[in-house]
Amino acid sequence: MLHIKCPHCGMRSQNEFSYGGDASVKRPELNKEISDQDWDNFVYNRKSLRGKHLELWQHLSGCRQWIKVERDTATHEIFKTLKANEDI
Amino acid sequence: MQKYSIFNLIKNAFSGHQKWDLAWKDATPKKEYDVVIIGGGGHGLATAYYLAKEHNITNIAIIEKGWLGGGNMGRNTTIIRSNYMHDDNALFSEFGMNLWRKMSQDLNYNVMFSPRGIINLAHSDAQMNIFARRGNSMRLNGIDAVLLNREEVKEIIPMADFSENVRFPIFGGLMQPSAGTARHDAVAWGYARQADSMGVDIIQNCEVTGFDVSDGKINGVRTSRGDIKVKKIGLCVAGSTNILAEKLNMTIPVETHLLQACVTEPVKPVLDSVVTFGAGHFYISQSDKGEMVMGGDLDGYNSYAQRGNLPTLQHVLTEGIAMMPFLSKLKMLRTWGGIMDMSMDGSPIIDKTHIEGLYLNCGWCYGGFKATPASGWTFAHTIAQDRVHKLNEGYSLSRFNTGHLLDEKGLGTKTWIS
Repeated sequence: MLHIKCPHCGMRSQNEFSYGGDASVKRPELNKEISDQDWDNFVYNRKSLRGKHLELWQHLSGCRQWIKVERDTATHEIFKTLKANEDI
Repeated sequence: MQKYSIFNLIKNAFSGHQKWDLAWKDATPKKEYDVVIIGGGGHGLATAYYLAKEHNITNIAIIEKGWLGGGNMGRNTTIIRSNYMHDDNALFSEFGMNLWRKMSQDLNYNVMFSPRGIINLAHSDAQMNIFARRGNSMRLNGIDAVLLNREEVKEIIPMADFSENVRFPIFGGLMQPSAGTARHDAVAWGYARQADSMGVDIIQNCEVTGFDVSDGKINGVRTSRGDIKVKKIGLCVAGSTNILAEKLNMTIPVETHLLQACVTEPVKPVLDSVVTFGAGHFYISQSDKGEMVMGGDLDGYNSYAQRGNLPTLQHVLTEGIAMMPFLSKLKMLRTWGGIMDMSMDGSPIIDKTHIEGLYLNCGWCYGGFKATPASGWTFAHTIAQDRVHKLNEGYSLSRFNTGHLLDEKGLGTKTWIS
C-alpha cells in the first residue's frame, strides 16, 4: 500500500487516489503550429524509466485536487509531493 | 541433440538417467554475430528458433540479463487464445494457434498444450450483443466461436454464481473451444533446446549496457560481458523496453506497468476451462496441479517492481469471488508480479525502426504468452527479410503517428477506461 502525502490533506492511503500518468509531459501550446511529432510525443510517447518518476495523481476520494508526486518506479519510495501548479 | 522419446527414456533408464545431454549449453559471447536477440524470454527464444529454422540464420546470440525464461515467461497465467475481433489481431493470433497445436511435436518437447476452451462471461443483454458481433467476426476469420446462453454456461461452470439476486448476473458467454493453456516454462525450454541445437548461443547473465549506432545504422551492442559486433538486433525485452529505448535515444508509445497474478492452494479438479469475468477484469483457470490460477488488472501506475501491491489484488479477487463464490474458502498459496510493456492502444508492436538493423518487438500488454510462437515467427521474418510480414503489418510502430490504431479493447496503459 502506498501512502501519499496530499499537499492539501496530508498523508492518505493509495486507495483514495487515482493515477494520472507522467507529469513531465507538456501539452503543446494552443494556437501554435506544431508538428505531428510534437503531438505524438504529447499523446503517446513516454520515457517511463526505472527510478525517479514525476507523475500526476488525483485525490479522487478526498479533496479531488490533482497533485504531482515524485516516486521511484522500482522501490515505490515517494520523495516529494507538490500541488499541481508547482514545479519540482 | 538427443531426441526425447520412449526409446531414449528406456535406454537412459539403464544409466540411471545420469547421461542425458544438457538441454542447452551455457554459451560465452563471441566477438561477432549475424543477429543478436536481446531478451531470453519466450519471444526472444522463439525468434531465434524461427530465424534458424525458417531462414537458415544460425549465427545468432540471445542475450539475457537474468536467466532464461525468468521474466514474464515464468510469471504469466498461461492462457492461449485467439478470440479477437479485429482482423490484424485475429489472423495473427490464429496463425499462432496453429503453431501451438503442433508445438510439442515441432519442438520434441511436451509443452502440455491443453485446448480446454475459454469463456468470456456476459452480464447484460448489451454485452451479449457485442459478444455475438465479436463471435461472428472470429468465425469470418476462421476461428471457432460459440455464443452460449445462461443455461449452457451453467452446464460448463456450475460452480459460478447463478443465483437470482447478484450484482452481475450471468446472461451467457462467448466461448472459443480451441483456446486453452500450456506449460509456460516448457515453452521456453523447448524453444531454447531446439535453438541451441541449431547453433544459437544462449548467453545468460549478460546485461546490455549500450548500443553502437553510427550513420543511423546498428554496428554492435555493448554488454556486461564485452562488446559484440552485429548488424541486426532484435529487441524482445517486454517490460525493459523503455530502458533500452532510452539507450537508443528513442521514446516509444509504451509504458512499463506492473501486473499481478496469484494461485490458491491445490484443490481437486473443479474448473476445466478458462473463464473471464465480464463486468471487470478477472480471469481464472485451474492448473494441472489443482491450483486456481488468477489474474486481473494492472496495479495502475508506472512500475518496475516485480512484486505487487495489495489494493489491486483485493480488487481483482473481489471480482473473482463475485463470479465464483467458492473461491473465498480457498487459501492463497502465492502472489507475484511481472512488469508489462503496455502500449498506448493495447496492441503490440513488431516492426522495423528508424535505425537500420534495429527491430522492435514490444507492447504485449496482458497477452504476451499466447503470442509467443506467432511473435517469434513474424519477428524472425521481419529481421531476416528486413520487411514486415503480412501478419504483423498492423503491428507497426508508425500507427500511432498515422492514426491506424489497433484498439481492440482500447485499454493500453489506462486501466480506468475499462
